[in-house]
Amino acid sequence: MQDVEPSAPSSVRTIDIINRRLNKRYRAEKRFKRLGLAAILSSLLFLGLLFTSIVSQGYSAFVQTYILLDIHFSRDAFDVSNLAGADYNGLIRKSLQSLFPEVRDRQEKRMLNGLVSSGAPFQIQKMVMSDTSMIGSTRSVWVPADDDVDMLMKGRIDRSAPEAERRLKDVQLGWIDGLRGDLRLKKKFNRIFFTSGDSREPELAGILGATMGSMYTLIVTLLLSFPVGVASAIYLEEFAPRNKWVDLIEVNINNLAAVPSIVFGLLGLAVFLNFFGLPRSAPLVGGLVLTLMTLPTIIIASRVSIQSVPPSIREAALGVGASKMQTVFHHVMPLAIPGMLTGTIIGMARALGESAPLLMIGMVAFIVDPPGGILEPATVLPVQIYLWADSPERAFVERTSAAIIVLLAFLMVMNAAAVFLRSRFERRW
Amino acid sequence: MNFPLLLIVIFVFSQAAYWLGYKKAFFSAGEKGPVHLHSRPQYYGTLTVLWCVIPPLFILVAWSVFSETVLTGLALKTMSEYTGNLSPDEISLLKSDLRNIVSGRFIPPAADAALLEAADHYRHMRDIGRQGLSALALASMILGTIIVLVRIRPGMRARNHVEKMISITLITCSTIAIFTTVGIVLSVLFESILFFQQVPVTEFLFGLKWSPQMAIRADQVAASGSFGAVPVFAGTVMISTIAMLVAAPLGLMSAIYLSDYADRKFRAAVKPLLEILAGVPTVVYGFFAALTVAPVIRQFGESLGLSVSSESALAAGLVMGIMIIPFVMSISDDVINAVPQALRDGSYALGATKSETIKKVIIPAALPGIVGGMLLAVSRAIGETMIVVMAAGLSANLTANPLQAVTTVTVQIVTLLVGDQEFDSPKTLAAFALGLLLFVVTLILNIIALYIVRKYREQYE
Repeated sequence: MQDVEPSAPSSVRTIDIINRRLNKRYRAEKRFKRLGLAAILSSLLFLGLLFTSIVSQGYSAFVQTYILLDIHFSRDAFDVSNLAGADYNGLIRKSLQSLFPEVRDRQEKRMLNGLVSSGAPFQIQKMVMSDTSMIGSTRSVWVPADDDVDMLMKGRIDRSAPEAERRLKDVQLGWIDGLRGDLRLKKKFNRIFFTSGDSREPELAGILGATMGSMYTLIVTLLLSFPVGVASAIYLEEFAPRNKWVDLIEVNINNLAAVPSIVFGLLGLAVFLNFFGLPRSAPLVGGLVLTLMTLPTIIIASRVSIQSVPPSIREAALGVGASKMQTVFHHVMPLAIPGMLTGTIIGMARALGESAPLLMIGMVAFIVDPPGGILEPATVLPVQIYLWADSPERAFVERTSAAIIVLLAFLMVMNAAAVFLRSRFERRW
Repeated sequence: MNFPLLLIVIFVFSQAAYWLGYKKAFFSAGEKGPVHLHSRPQYYGTLTVLWCVIPPLFILVAWSVFSETVLTGLALKTMSEYTGNLSPDEISLLKSDLRNIVSGRFIPPAADAALLEAADHYRHMRDIGRQGLSALALASMILGTIIVLVRIRPGMRARNHVEKMISITLITCSTIAIFTTVGIVLSVLFESILFFQQVPVTEFLFGLKWSPQMAIRADQVAASGSFGAVPVFAGTVMISTIAMLVAAPLGLMSAIYLSDYADRKFRAAVKPLLEILAGVPTVVYGFFAALTVAPVIRQFGESLGLSVSSESALAAGLVMGIMIIPFVMSISDDVINAVPQALRDGSYALGATKSETIKKVIIPAALPGIVGGMLLAVSRAIGETMIVVMAAGLSANLTANPLQAVTTVTVQIVTLLVGDQEFDSPKTLAAFALGLLLFVVTLILNIIALYIVRKYREQYE
C-alpha cells in the first residue's frame, strides 16, 4: 500500500469531503428536477399557445355581419313563369341606392354594391321562390355583408391604416358607419358556415360539404376496417400456428403501423385510381386508403384486448364441450369487444384528422355542393382546412380556425367516448 | 333488376333460407328430436344462408369488376374499321369519350356518329348483361340453397362446415396486411422503374439541382427538368434535425420527471394533457406553424437584423418538434419504467441522489430503448407531410441556414402529384421515386428501432 499524504491525517476525514461536496450535489439534484419540470411546463405552454391562438382567431367566425335592406319586390321585375330569371341583383342595388341616394358616380356605386355579399341575390331568389306572395310588397331582409365589412365589424381591419393599403376605402367606411348608425348592420349567428359547402367568397363558405365528405369517408373506413381488423386479431391471437407465415404477417402489421401516411396515398393513387379505375376524389377511395392506414391500429388494440381475457374463461368453455370457434365467439369476444371498440374509435379519430393521403387521391378539389354518396366527388374537414389556409383573404383565416375548432370538437367527442368505454367496461381479472 | 334491389332480394331470401335449413334439420331428425343432430339446428340454418349468399355475391362482384372493360371492348369492336389505324393513346381517349357519353355526363364536341352508335351498342349490351346477371345471380342463389337443403341429414357435420368457412374468412382478413405491403412496394417500385429509365439513378441520388418543372414547349429554355434530389434530402434532414432538437430533450426530460419525480396526482393530470398534443391533427399544426409561429420567428429575426424567410425551416421544424414530444415521451416513459426497481434501490443504497441515479444508472440501462424510440421519432419526422406542406417552402435550396426556406421529400411528393397530371411524364414519376425512397428509409429505421426495443425489453424480462 502507498502512503497517502501522511501530514495531518486527522484534519481531513472522508466525511468532511463528502459533506463539502454534498451541497453541490444537492444543488445539481435540484437543478435536474427543475429542468424536468421546465420540460413539462414548456410542452404544456406549447399546447396552451396552440389552442389559444386557434380559438382567439376562430371564435369570431361563428357570428357574421348582416345588412338590413328594405327590398321592394315590384311586380314588373318578375315574370311569374320564370322566377329564376329575374334580376335579383338589381333589386338589391335599388335598395342600396334608396339608402344612399347621394351616390351618383358609377365607380362609387360599384363600391356601394360591394358592401353586400355576392351571395345575397341567391338568398332573395330562394325567398321569392318559396313564397311568391311577397311579389308586389316591400320587405326588410337581413342579407350577408361582404367579408371586408365583416372583418371591419370584427375589428380585424385597421381603420387608421393609409387608404391605399386598406381593403375598404374612406367612402365605404362612411357608408358602413351610416348603416351602423341606422342599426342596419348587425352581427348574427353564422348559419351559413354550418349549412353550406365551400365557396370562393369567405362569407358564403361553409363546412357542411366537408363534414358530409368526412362522414361518408369515415363510414366506409369503419365498415371495412372494424370487421377486417377484428377478424385478423382473432385469427392471430386464437388460431394462428407459430410459423414463418404468421411471423411475416405480424412483422408486416407492425411495420405498416409506422409507414408514413403519405405512402398510403401513393398506394391509393397507383392501385385504386389507376389500376382499378375508381373515381377520383370519391369518399369510397378515401375510405379504402384510410382503412389500410387504420387497420394496424385496430388489429394491435384488438389483440391486446383479446390477450387480456384470462385463459380460465377459454378453458371453462372448452371444458363443457364448446368447439374452439364457439369458445372464441361466444365467450372471449363478448369480453374483448369493449377494448376492440376503444381501439377502433381511436383509429377512427386518427382517420378523421388525416389529410396527407387524401391529397394524393384528389380529395382536394374545389367542391361547392355537399356530396350525396360515396362515389361523388367530396373533400373532408382536414383537407378543407388545408385549402382555406392557402386562401389569401383575411376572412378565411378566421374560418379556417373555426373549422379547426369544429374538427377538434369532433375529435374530443370521439376520444371522450373511447375513455368512457374504457372506464365503463374495463375489467381487472 | 338494379343493384340495390338485387341485394335486398338476396338478403330477404337468405332469411328464408335460414328458416328452411333450420326446419329441415328438425324435420330430418324425425321423432328422435334435435338431440340426435350432429350440430345444433342453428348451424344448419347458417350453412344454408352461406351457400345461398356467397355464389350470387361472387357473381355480382365479378360483374362490377370486369363488366366495364368487357363492354368497352365490345363497343369499340363495332367501330373497328375506324379504330384499326389509331395509336394506343388515341384509343384510350376514345374509350374515355365513350364512357362519358354512356354515363351521360357530357357529350364531347368531337363525337361523331360512329362513336354515338358505339355508345348505343354499349348501353344495349349493358342492359342485356344486367338482365342476365340478375337471372344468373338469383338462379345460383336458389340452386345453392336447394343443394344444401337436400343434403341436410342428422349426421351432416354442419358446424364443422360453418367453422371451416369462418376460419377461411379469418385467415383472408389477416393476410390483408401482407397484401397492403406488397401493394405499396409494387405501386411505388413500378412507377420508380419507369422514372429511372428516363433519369439515371445516380443523377437522382447525387444531383445537386432539383427543378422538376417540365417545359410546356419543347424549345423552351431549360426544357428538361432536372432531378437531382440532394437539396430535397438536405431539406428533409435539416427540418427533421430541428424537430428532434426540440422533441428529444423535452420529451426525454418530461418522461424522466413524470416517471421518477412526479407524484401520482401530477402524473395523472399531466400525462393525458401532453397526449392531447399527439391527437391534434397535423393539418392544425401546419396552420399554427404557417400563421402563428413563422411570423413570430420572422419578426424576431428581423429585430436582430437577420433576414428570415417567411417559410423558414426553423418554423416548420419547431412545430414538428412539438408534435413529436408526446411520442418521444411515451416511448421513453415505457422504457424508463421497464428498468427494474432493484437497479434504482442499489444506487440509492450507495448514497446516490435521485438525479445521479437517473444519469448514471437508469439512462445507461435504458439507453438502447431510448435510442430505438428516437429512431421511431425520426422516421415519423421524415414522413410527416402536412406541417411541411403548409409551412416549408417549395423551391429546393441547398443551404445550411435554418432561417431560409427549404423543401422536403413529402412536400415534393404532394406538389408533384396534386392537381392535373399526365401519368408518363418524369414529373409525376419522380414523386413515386421519392415515395419509394421515403418508404425504404422509414422502413429501415423502423426495423432497426423495433429490433433494438425488442432486444432491450427481453433483457429485463
